Amino acid sequence: MCGIIGVIDKTREKMDGSAIREALAIMDERGNGEGAGYAVYGVYPDYADLYAIHVFYDNIAEPKEKVEGLLETWGMIEHDEEIPTHESGRIKKVHIPWRYFFRPNRKLMPQSDTPEDDIVTNLVMTVNTTINGALIFSSGKNIGVFKASGWPEEVADFYRVEDYEGYLWIAHNRYPTNTAGWWGGAHPFNLLNWSVVHNGEITSYGTNRRYIESFGYLCKMFTDTEVVAYLMDLLARKHKLSPEHAVRALAPPFWEEIERMEPSEQELNTAMRLTYGQAMMNGPFAIAVASHDSLVGFSDRIKLRPLVVGEHDQRLYISSEEAAIRTMDPAVKKISMPRAGQPIVGRVVA
Amino acid sequence: MIIGSRPLKFQVSVDHDQCMLCGRCVDNCSYNVFRMEDEKIKVNSRNCVACHRCLSQCPRDAIMITERPCDYRNHPLWTDRIRENIYKQAESGKILSGGMGNTGDYPIIFDRIVLDACQVTNPSIDPLREPMELRTYIGKKPKQLDITYGPGNDVQLNTKLGPNLKLETPIMIGHMSYGAISLNAQMAMAKAVSRIGSFMGTGEGGLHEGLYPYQNHMIVQIASGRFGVDVDYLNRGAAIEIKIGQGAKPGIGGHLPGEKVCADVSCTRMIPEGSDAISPAPHHDIYSIEDLKQLVLSLKEATEHKKPVFVKIAAVHNVAAIAAGIARSGADAVVIDGFKGGTGAAPAVFRDHVGIPIEAAVAAVDSKLRQQGIRNEVSIIASGGIRHSADVTKAICLGADAVYIGTAALVAIGCRVCGTCYRNLCAWGIATQQPNLVARLNTDEASVNVENLIHAWTLELAELMGAAGINSIESLRGNRDRLRGYMLDEQMLNVLDIKPVGA
Repeated sequence: MCGIIGVIDKTREKMDGSAIREALAIMDERGNGEGAGYAVYGVYPDYADLYAIHVFYDNIAEPKEKVEGLLETWGMIEHDEEIPTHESGRIKKVHIPWRYFFRPNRKLMPQSDTPEDDIVTNLVMTVNTTINGALIFSSGKNIGVFKASGWPEEVADFYRVEDYEGYLWIAHNRYPTNTAGWWGGAHPFNLLNWSVVHNGEITSYGTNRRYIESFGYLCKMFTDTEVVAYLMDLLARKHKLSPEHAVRALAPPFWEEIERMEPSEQELNTAMRLTYGQAMMNGPFAIAVASHDSLVGFSDRIKLRPLVVGEHDQRLYISSEEAAIRTMDPAVKKISMPRAGQPIVGRVVA
Repeated sequence: MIIGSRPLKFQVSVDHDQCMLCGRCVDNCSYNVFRMEDEKIKVNSRNCVACHRCLSQCPRDAIMITERPCDYRNHPLWTDRIRENIYKQAESGKILSGGMGNTGDYPIIFDRIVLDACQVTNPSIDPLREPMELRTYIGKKPKQLDITYGPGNDVQLNTKLGPNLKLETPIMIGHMSYGAISLNAQMAMAKAVSRIGSFMGTGEGGLHEGLYPYQNHMIVQIASGRFGVDVDYLNRGAAIEIKIGQGAKPGIGGHLPGEKVCADVSCTRMIPEGSDAISPAPHHDIYSIEDLKQLVLSLKEATEHKKPVFVKIAAVHNVAAIAAGIARSGADAVVIDGFKGGTGAAPAVFRDHVGIPIEAAVAAVDSKLRQQGIRNEVSIIASGGIRHSADVTKAICLGADAVYIGTAALVAIGCRVCGTCYRNLCAWGIATQQPNLVARLNTDEASVNVENLIHAWTLELAELMGAAGINSIESLRGNRDRLRGYMLDEQMLNVLDIKPVGA
């Protein structure tokens, strides 16, 4: 099950978190109260050019010192603080969420074209695989992920998401089967600019994981969703594919469709399937992927999970349920259901 | 005569109440087991190899064959086979030779691996009602695509793909040469793969002109003897395969006994009639990996870079590192032949004792290529003991792009795995060049059997994929999460990089 929702304002007009909280909560039937989360873009305007690194600490003694040591080695922490939380009935502060605004030292990665991104990626992989009691769950610029184990409205209240504003939100209501109750297992999953919410189960996970690991990404979250974030980072950032093409690599057309295409399209799609066959995702899924300038939604190639699109002027909504979109925007103008595998892309214009 | 007669390997008996004296057994047995005497079928059991040709032709089910009717004194170390081999060598002073695959009593890893299926959390996919894609491309793939995005929707693909073979099923037929097997056997398989959208290998025996109509589905092989090789041969094939080694006999060359080198084989191989065709152990122009690279590039030059070049090696201990070297040689695919692979003739000591199983070899090669970030440089073709669709599925999950079958295809056209391929007496017309025996194999009928077999396996593979919630073969390939080891030890699980059942 699981419920997903995302919204982008193409003119970068900001929205606070209250509407998406309601929308996510209307889909409680799709979750079970063991995980929910929100990702918001444009949330830290005062530190917009710094990497906002969110960490769950099991305690703030040992792991915190190690994480900060690593950060100081690779750059400079310009500001840090505990993320404000508000314990309520069901959600206890099992982990202590902390945030750092971090400036990597680009000189330390001279061999790279994108030294800062690579430093932060390496830090995320290193912390999450080697430091017990610390988990980086958000690492992009001007992006914040807020997630925990609980119902959507409880998690929203725990972080007071209505206090945050952004032009792009994605959120997730979880019914876990793999890692029940673990905060790190809640969605959205984030790496750098990429945040992912996912409803489904990726039956090709073994192939995708081994593919992405051969490019140096390490899958340590014990869940299949994180590969989506890494695959998007690989395809869109490193290989410079457009979001549409990155999605096409993940959920490509069937050969039968490719054979009916114009020659140039046929060549491109064949090349894509040959090159990125191991990135193709199989199994039932509906996914929304956010980055700084786009929100992309897509489903598996035979649409075994629901995906609905809503449009209202400069706003584009993607969700598991029409009801959620209508909760968020009762005046929504157009609701549609994309075909299997068809990418829905909302791009900022400004 | 110190040793004298040894116990019969097979005892043939005829039920004379059933026998109608039709004489079909006499006509069909190429090993001279049967004769008609005094209105009765008499047998010489000592000649029997259990090829079952007589049984298959007997209209009254009057023939029965029993294996090893005479017991040796049982001993766990000095088994019957060990003792018989000693007798043979004590008498002959020669290397023992044998046909077909490994006869050693090794555990079969495939049989200790189980597959997965979906329940509740994700739906299985029904191949009868949903698309199921088994199409497989064999060849080099780019590591990444270079696409230029122009104004508007202008998209330009700058990456050019190298030559790839397009397979409609990941099952090909491996290399069995003309000479080792008959032209009719090759023809039957060639017709089958042409119809099914797959490929077969020529082996190192050249390409007989009777097969030219099917050349677009044939992979031409270059082995150390260079039999039958010229530029015309190279250009006719859909792909070219350099054979370094063979799973049944790693480290040594091919053996074709002179009995099988008839006029036609001699012309196709470009060797004298009746001469033993013993190809050298190494390629004498390949003493190192850089030499292989030169040969790969020479073959590509000779064929204007239009054909993928495969390199076939036997699965030996260091197979992963060797394959990584091959992946950097410009080759488009690496064929790994495991130690259960078949052969027409091999020294038994090699067949039974040299090399490693295909399951471990494919897992090691796939992992090594991934570690080094060069998995897209080559496709992996697994061969050597692929017996059914579950073996195919498991091999692909472990990392193979496709498989070669050999023995299974021969069994589909009658082969009983009697292991006597090297004697030129194959009663089924498969592993012989005797015209009267070859004529027994009707190529059209036999091709239907081969096609049926591959088709049936392909259907089963599609069902297994659907049950696992996968609708495209790319998502099965290297998907070791969908395998579990059953009663495999921890080291083997680590090599295969799979979890045990229950985990």
